[in-house]
Amino acid sequence: MPDEIGGFDLSPGHSEEEAHVLAVDDSLVDRKVIERLLKISSCKVTAVDSGRRALQFLGLDEEKNSAALDGLKVDLIITDYCMPGMTGYELLKKIKESSTFRETPVVIMSSENILTRIDRCLEEGAEDFIVKPVKLSDVKRLKDYMTREDRDGNEGRGINKRKLGEACDVSPSFSSSPPSISSSSSSWSAPSSPTSLDSPTRRLKTSTCD
Amino acid sequence: MEVVQMQRRFVEYAASLFREGFLDGQFTQLQQLQDESNPDFVVEVVSLFFEDSEKLLNDLSRALDQQNVDFKRVDSHVHQLKGSSSSIGAQRVKNACIAFRNYCEEQNTDACLSCLQQVKQEYSLVKSKLETLFRVSARSLLLKDKTNLESGFQTSFSKSDC
Repeated sequence: MPDEIGGFDLSPGHSEEEAHVLAVDDSLVDRKVIERLLKISSCKVTAVDSGRRALQFLGLDEEKNSAALDGLKVDLIITDYCMPGMTGYELLKKIKESSTFRETPVVIMSSENILTRIDRCLEEGAEDFIVKPVKLSDVKRLKDYMTREDRDGNEGRGINKRKLGEACDVSPSFSSSPPSISSSSSSWSAPSSPTSLDSPTRRLKTSTCD
Repeated sequence: MEVVQMQRRFVEYAASLFREGFLDGQFTQLQQLQDESNPDFVVEVVSLFFEDSEKLLNDLSRALDQQNVDFKRVDSHVHQLKGSSSSIGAQRVKNACIAFRNYCEEQNTDACLSCLQQVKQEYSLVKSKLETLFRVSARSLLLKDKTNLESGFQTSFSKSDC
């Protein structure tokens, strides 16, 4: 089993069941990686290759309200941004529009660290934005949303846990110098932008990190 | 001892790939995701990358061969290749793709063709190096097993024990 990084109270008696994550990515390579990252972090995974398929899985495709298929529990949805057909952003909107899944945390992944893109996603209700390539430390951070969501209800998406996550990053033993800056401190390293000041404060209060 | 030498060869070879920039930290991430329950994870992901890349490189050759090049399409293929090479840590391929995309934006066919050559070259280099790495790794594991069997050790901790 993977190491549990100390400092993350994953609430022992929280749930006997593993968290179930729906992963959406059109790249086969990325799907395989994200699936393994999630499984090694003790999550059940359903991986699909498009926004359409994700909606079908969630039962949201034909606008039928019989979306909550009995027993279908999705604790987190993680989706790539750039996908042919329906983008991750469009998928995010559809999920937030649904009555059944609007409370489910949605995380966006993207290979491009574009501020306006990040802001747009957060404003639409995304929980977090991860710059690819996705690493184990990113996924460990996600687990936090899933357990704390259940425990606290909503608030508490503090920056501190994420910073702890960065510090606990496993450093490669013989890699060359780290790649582009965008890959390590993914979502919250961007300086605050004027456009996001009016966004829901829940998300905004965490954007003041340096 | 043969096993130790073999393992050292593996470690040294891997280290050289990082040093020379063929692989970056993301490859190390993949290695960390491999364990007894998923002993072939790295090989599996890299194999998918090879399949994916070969298809994309063919698509790129075809797209750039057209009378009227559709640069959006070319860019989309390069974007995909950039993504998958980044996901497995194939740093030089990824960097070649980044340069390529700039020329797509400029809609410069000649420059794109030259970039494509560059990407193909980097791809073929990293492919052959990774294949070598896997061969060395497999050999060192087989040798370890053989040695252990001969000296009566249990091989339950060995990665090749599926």
